[in-house]
Amino acid sequence: MIEVSNVNHRFGERHVLRDINLSIGERRVGVIGANGSGKSTFVRLLNGLLIPDEGAVAVDGIDTRQDVKAVRRKVGFVFQNPDNQIVFPIVEEDIEFGLKNLKLPKDEIARRVDSILGRYRLEHLRESAAHLLSGGEKQMLAISSVLVMEPQYVVFDEPMTLLDLRNKKLVLDTIQTIEQSVILVTHDLDHLHDFERVIVFDRGEIVADGLPESVIQYYTRAMT
Amino acid sequence: MLSLYVPGDSFVHRIPAGTKLALLFAGSIALFAISNIPLHVGELLAIVGLFYIARLPWRATLRQLRTALFFMVPIFLFHVFLTDWVLGLETVLRILALLLFAVLVTLTTKLSDMIDVLERAFRPLAYLGINPSKISMMLSMVIRFIPLMMREAQEILEAQRARGLDRNAIAVLVPLLIKTLKMADDLSDAIDARGYDAETVVPIWRRVH
Repeated sequence: MIEVSNVNHRFGERHVLRDINLSIGERRVGVIGANGSGKSTFVRLLNGLLIPDEGAVAVDGIDTRQDVKAVRRKVGFVFQNPDNQIVFPIVEEDIEFGLKNLKLPKDEIARRVDSILGRYRLEHLRESAAHLLSGGEKQMLAISSVLVMEPQYVVFDEPMTLLDLRNKKLVLDTIQTIEQSVILVTHDLDHLHDFERVIVFDRGEIVADGLPESVIQYYTRAMT
Repeated sequence: MLSLYVPGDSFVHRIPAGTKLALLFAGSIALFAISNIPLHVGELLAIVGLFYIARLPWRATLRQLRTALFFMVPIFLFHVFLTDWVLGLETVLRILALLLFAVLVTLTTKLSDMIDVLERAFRPLAYLGINPSKISMMLSMVIRFIPLMMREAQEILEAQRARGLDRNAIAVLVPLLIKTLKMADDLSDAIDARGYDAETVVPIWRRVH
């Protein structure tokens, strides 16, 4: 369970999140809103990339201000642009990076790398240069690098924005089939119909929160 | 990316990164300490042999050496005209052997393995309050960023050409700097999100015993 209590956050003079209160216990949650509405700032709070100016964020009872390392072990984060989240030049090395940070033994690292490369059909790219992969392969590498750490929750911040149709589908299928709880930030409303809950942000506030059908209808009306 | 590593399972690939870097270090000192042309020719041939054993593509090797090879000619000519050709030949052989050895190590060693070795080698710096983990991460990021910056620079150039602006260094450098800072910010978020944690290092004179 992720609990967000009385959160306010500012960037300089700009008040980007206002009085956010919610609990997330569902396995599939969508977050939507116009550009600059505060949704990306909100999800960055969930694994301690941002610490709120006011209020608290707790993951399974662990406050991001108290033990951010423990929170990051629980909440993985996939960013929009895979180029900016691949740390090492070779596919295998990049997947190993997060596991080394978890200080796992070598044989466990090797086992998990083999398993994730096999599961997402990246085995043939194991020793490839990450920068030479296609956009879809890069995003699958970024997702694999997060999933291999076996977090309980995964935040996806617009992971399909830069992808073509085929790769969008590949990434979406992956998001839909992983066992972890998912919080997906997206502009593609079609992706959210199977979700359990959708939250709408507008000017730093939550303006709608509920089942996809009614929330998406509300959002579509508000935006047109 | 300076993704120089060429995957393989040869004897050279399997030598631990630490051993390869130590041999490179010792070899570079020996090359310049010993003056013997036949020995340098032998070293050069041995290194070429190791390239063959490691089954490395010659094209990738030559691409890396292209600029350096270009400088061998003026270095040799400088010695021919100002000292003597024997010294020129020896200097060129030394530089070539060293360069080839360094390229061999880079092509057969993963960056993460080299970074691990460097981190261990820098460990004594922790006594001075310098964090070895941060230094090795910094080196790895430099290597990671060079190709990204090259691609960004290319995109900026193309965007400017499309709007009729021909070569203008300032017009490229300013947006490139801004984009690089943004990329650095994003990458640092990604590194944090994946649990990177450089341990805090306290200099020896501030440690409480």
